[in-house]
Parts: sequence; structure tokens; C-alpha cells
Amino acid sequence: MSLRKQGLTRRALLSRAVAAGTLAVAGSGFIAAPDAAWAVEVTAISEHEMATLLQMARDIYPHDRVGDRFYVIAVKGYDSEDQKSTVAEGVAALDAAAKEAGFDSYLAAGWEADRVAILRSIEDTAFFQTVRGGLVTGLYNQKEVWPIFGYEGESYSKGGYIDRGFDDIDWL
Amino acid sequence: MATAATFDLNDDSVVVIVGTGSGGGVLANELAQKGVKVVALEAGGRYLPEDYINDEWDSFGQLAWTDPRTTSGDWRVAKDFSGLPAWIVKAVGGTSIHWAGASLRFQDHEWKALSNYGAVEGASLLDWPLDAAEMAPWYDKAEAKLGVTGTGDRPRLPGCNNYLVFEKGARALGYSEVHTGNMAINSVEYDDRMACQQTGFCFQGCKWGAKWSSAYTDIPRGEATGNLEVRDRAHAARILHDDTGRVTGVEYFDRDGNLQMQKARVVCVAGNSFESPRLLLNSASSMFPDGLANRSGQVGRNYMRHTTGSVYAIFEQPVRMWRGTTMAGIVRDEARHDPSRGFVGGYELETLSLGIPFMAAFLDPGAWGREFTTALDSYENMAGMWIVGEDMPQAENRVTLSDVEDSFGLKVANVNFSDHPNDIAMRNHAYAQGQAIYRAVGATRTLPTPPYPSTHNLGTNRMSERPEDGVVNRWGQSHDIANLFVSDGSQFTTGAAENPTLTIVALAIRQADRIASEMAAGNL
Repeated sequence: MSLRKQGLTRRALLSRAVAAGTLAVAGSGFIAAPDAAWAVEVTAISEHEMATLLQMARDIYPHDRVGDRFYVIAVKGYDSEDQKSTVAEGVAALDAAAKEAGFDSYLAAGWEADRVAILRSIEDTAFFQTVRGGLVTGLYNQKEVWPIFGYEGESYSKGGYIDRGFDDIDWL
Repeated sequence: MATAATFDLNDDSVVVIVGTGSGGGVLANELAQKGVKVVALEAGGRYLPEDYINDEWDSFGQLAWTDPRTTSGDWRVAKDFSGLPAWIVKAVGGTSIHWAGASLRFQDHEWKALSNYGAVEGASLLDWPLDAAEMAPWYDKAEAKLGVTGTGDRPRLPGCNNYLVFEKGARALGYSEVHTGNMAINSVEYDDRMACQQTGFCFQGCKWGAKWSSAYTDIPRGEATGNLEVRDRAHAARILHDDTGRVTGVEYFDRDGNLQMQKARVVCVAGNSFESPRLLLNSASSMFPDGLANRSGQVGRNYMRHTTGSVYAIFEQPVRMWRGTTMAGIVRDEARHDPSRGFVGGYELETLSLGIPFMAAFLDPGAWGREFTTALDSYENMAGMWIVGEDMPQAENRVTLSDVEDSFGLKVANVNFSDHPNDIAMRNHAYAQGQAIYRAVGATRTLPTPPYPSTHNLGTNRMSERPEDGVVNRWGQSHDIANLFVSDGSQFTTGAAENPTLTIVALAIRQADRIASEMAAGNL
């Protein structure tokens, strides 16, 4: 990480990375993108746990055109007193599964295929299913994500598509 | 609405109808138009087009029945959506707010499934005590009420992008009965409702009112007669009877959670195929220990949900299937009965689209990883269709009372369902044909998608000639209790291949005629 050479700036702080090979970088009490495009504060769970949740979210529903900032929104709810122990146990179990697979931690596995194999080994656990199930709405029900998929959402206020291309297909 | 009637709880001259969807809502209006006094009890609230929401999850939160239910059996819904066996509506107007609008008559042979298919091992097939000729005039009335396109002199709807892909593929395969359907969605202004604006979101309630729903047609018209009172947020608990075995009224929890009892001359149950048998079973008494109308033991049995599934496909170029009518066209060629295909009965193929939020939830529930997400990445280039075919009634596919109780302390419905081998053979055939349709227009990937939580819920209080074979007679009248009727899709003897609403409406119009004449003759 080249940021390491920049001294004790905010970016240097952020560069104490635990999320090898990913965008997520841990600092004190928050994690943020290396380019500072987004940051999320953690209060109840650790930076490592939040970084792990973020990477899990990306690996469960990987969309290369969807930025981390959307995935962060989808998992931010786990940073709560209610979820704290669930997350701690779940992430510990995930890291244990990673160790069995020969990695220091889940985040230390650099290739998605390796991380997916680790996730497959825990996919029947309540923790995995809770995270996966939560993402179905947590990620895909963000209106800001829809345009990335081309989905146009609400149309009544625009008069529907009767004059806006309901039958405009031109390649058939 | 200012003229809507109010009736006293002790007024025992009223007909009480439980449920206000395409069965109960139509029945309520038809009776009110004939001068019969009606109290309709509706568990849900009242929402009109201005209230409907062009957003899948927000709309689901507004309209869907999400009170607890439990599931069992080998159907995948029991695993993926264990507490949500059905996607149906809890509101004045019921699932007629959510339905897609497809309005098809049964094919003649489907009224007599047992006679025409022969006995099928493991299935409890039966002939309806009705036939096509008897139903024809009632279908005429239903089509006129709903303004069905392609019937009468009503033109069909124009085809949207999703339809145009589907049509071209179907024609390439040699299918001939391919068109934009018989839809209860106005193609031109009709019956004080405007024409379709190709908005999409048909499942979320039509904000233009272009699609027929009892919520903004039959219900307000019935109320305008001064003969109909609709009590919303009134959750039916139990039907009461006297010691002669006639029903006398309905106990319900009102909007404040207080238990009330509305006396009745006649009770009609129209709460959908889960709630209707649940209410009858929850009304068990010392005289009827197995529940009302259940001397045959048939209440709750023979639950049918249509053999469904979807096929989505991805193309090189955009389709934008969400633009326009959700169910925008149909292939009917496979609806015939042709056992050479390896199954009895037939199926329809109808276009369907989901938005990104529901596609993520329903494309392959529980799936994750790139096989799943790369499909969603191509959402803009996706087309979709839905399979709806006749499924086999089976005695053990049934609604029973669960050990789980709802917020009122009433036992909820458990829905047990397993596919019959005929259902599986039909679905696999339909998956193959659906995928072939899309490949014929250059699909780069096809996705045979499992059934969603059911919207077509049928057969749990089935109609039969002989009392021992079913729950109600040819009028939807209980074999056991003369002044107790069933008025929804639960009275279906068999499901046919067609979307059920038109038939539910036709049966409700016919039943209203019968109840009014029997009341006038002093027989009820």
C-alpha cells in the first residue's frame, strides 16, 4: 500500500489495513475507502468485524459495478449492541474456517474464489443466512443502486411508459 | 360513500360476507344491487389508487397479508418462504388489487377433469358439477364487468418490449395462439376507468384504475346503493350457529381489537383458500366438532396453487421488461389437454416482469455468488414469462390449523403442499418450451425460475355433486348448512390452466343471483 509512505495523515491512519486485497481499510473506530470516497464509523463492533461483513457482502452478492458504499449501507445495521455478540461469534467462526483453509483470516484470502470456498463451508449457519437474507433487501432495495442495473423504478409520476418507450425495442 | 349503510349488530336480516376481493367484493355489490342488505367484513384496511405505491417492497408492506401462517410439505416455498406461502392482499378489494388482470375462461374440457383425463394415481380429481354451457352467460357478465380486452368489442392492449420478445420467439417456435391476452386492463376508456398507461407495477395496485379491482368498482358501487356496509379492519374469528345447525352470525375482532358479533341471515365465506377453510375449522363446535361444513372431512383438502414457475432470459441487447403491462401477453397453444406430452391438463405461458428488488428475492431464493449476481447484472437485457398450468388436487395437500396463534389468539393456517408427479412433468415441459422461445430470439442465457409464494390459491372448500366428495354444491352452498356459502377460489373443484379471477367473478355473480332468488322465495 503506497499510502503507507505519506506520514501521519488521515490517509496514513486509514492505511493500517487489515482488509488485504480489498478496498476496506481499518482505522480507529471507523473504516473507510483508501480514496476516502466513503467511511463508516463503528461503535459496537470492531473495525475488523465491519471490514469482514463488508467483504462478506461483496462476496455473497458480487456486483463489480456497485461500489463499496452501497454494501456498507447494507451491513451497517450490524454495528449495534443488539447484534454485537452475533457478529463477534460469526466473524470468529468465519476466520476459524479461513484458518482451516490455510489463510490467516477470511480477509487475508486474496482471491474471491478462496473466500467463496470459505463462505460455502459456513453457508448453513444462522450467521451466514442472516447476513445473506438481510442483503436481499439491504442491498437491492437501495433506490440509488437501481440505475446501475438500468432499473428505472417508480413511473406513475412520469405518466408511465406509454409515451416513454414501452415498445421501443429495436433489435428484434 | 356518504350513502353507505350501517347495520346494527343485532340485525339478523343481513347477509354477512367475509372478505371483499374478487369473490366477496363482487358478491357484495351484486347482492346490494338486487336490494339485499349486506355487511362485508374485511380484515384489511382501505386503500385506493391514490394510495398505491410504485415500489415493490413498500407496496408489499402496505398491501400484503403478512399475518402468520405456517408451511409444510416438499414445495420449495416451505423452505425459502416458510412463513409466507402466499403473496396475496389484506385490504378492501383483496387480491383483486394485486392481480395481473389475466381473464381467461376455462376451456370446456377442464370443467370435467376426471372424465376427460381419467383417474390419475395420487390425485383426487373430480368433475365440476357445472359445465361450460351453464357458465357461458356468467362469463359474459364477468367479462363485461371487468372490461376484458379481446372480448365484446374491446380491443386488445398494445404489446410492450417484454411481449415483443416473447411473441417473436413463440412465433419462431410455431406457436399460433399468441397475443396480448384477455386482460381486465382497459385498452381504451371503459366503465368510467381510463386506459392503461403502460406504467408497470400492475402487482402493486393500478394507480390509474385502468386495471379492474373490486376496491374501486364493485365496493363503492355497492355502498352507493345504501344496501352495503363494508367494515374494514374487521378480522373474522368464528361463525356461530344455532341448535338447528343453521349459521346465525359471525364473531370478529373490530379495528380496536374488540370482539363483536354480527348476526346474519346468510353467511358467505370469501377469505381466500387459506383463510376460508381456516375460519370454518376455527368455528368447530360440539355439533360440528371437525369444523363447519366439514361432515365430509374435505374442508382444507385438495389445495391447489397452479403448476407455476418462471423463465427469464438474457439477451445481447436491452429489453427493459419492466416498462409496461406486467402480464403483457400469452401463448395458449400448450393449454390443451394432450397426454402425449407426458402429463394431463395443460398450461399457459404469460409474460411477467419483476423489478430489481423482487428479482433479487425471487429469481433463485437463497442463491448467492456470481452465478446469481451476473444474472442480475444483465437485468436491463432480461425478458420474463410465467408458467400457469393445471395442478393435480391431492387430498393431503391441505390447509389445517397450526399450533401457532395470531395476535388475536386464533390458530393460523398451516399449508401443506407437495408437487404431484404430473405437476413436475408439466413444469419441466414448460421450462423447456419457455427456454426454447427465448433461445429462438437469441437468448444468451436462460433461467428456469422456481415458483413464487402462491397467488392462485384454490380448492380448499371444493364444489362437488355428492356431499361426500366436497364442501359445497353447485351454488357454492355448504352441503351441510343451507345458509352458509363459500364465494372465493376455495370452491374450485379443479384449477384448470387459466388464471382464476374471471371464474371467481363469474361464480360470484351467479351465486348472488341464486342467493337473492332463494331469499325472495323464502328458502334462505
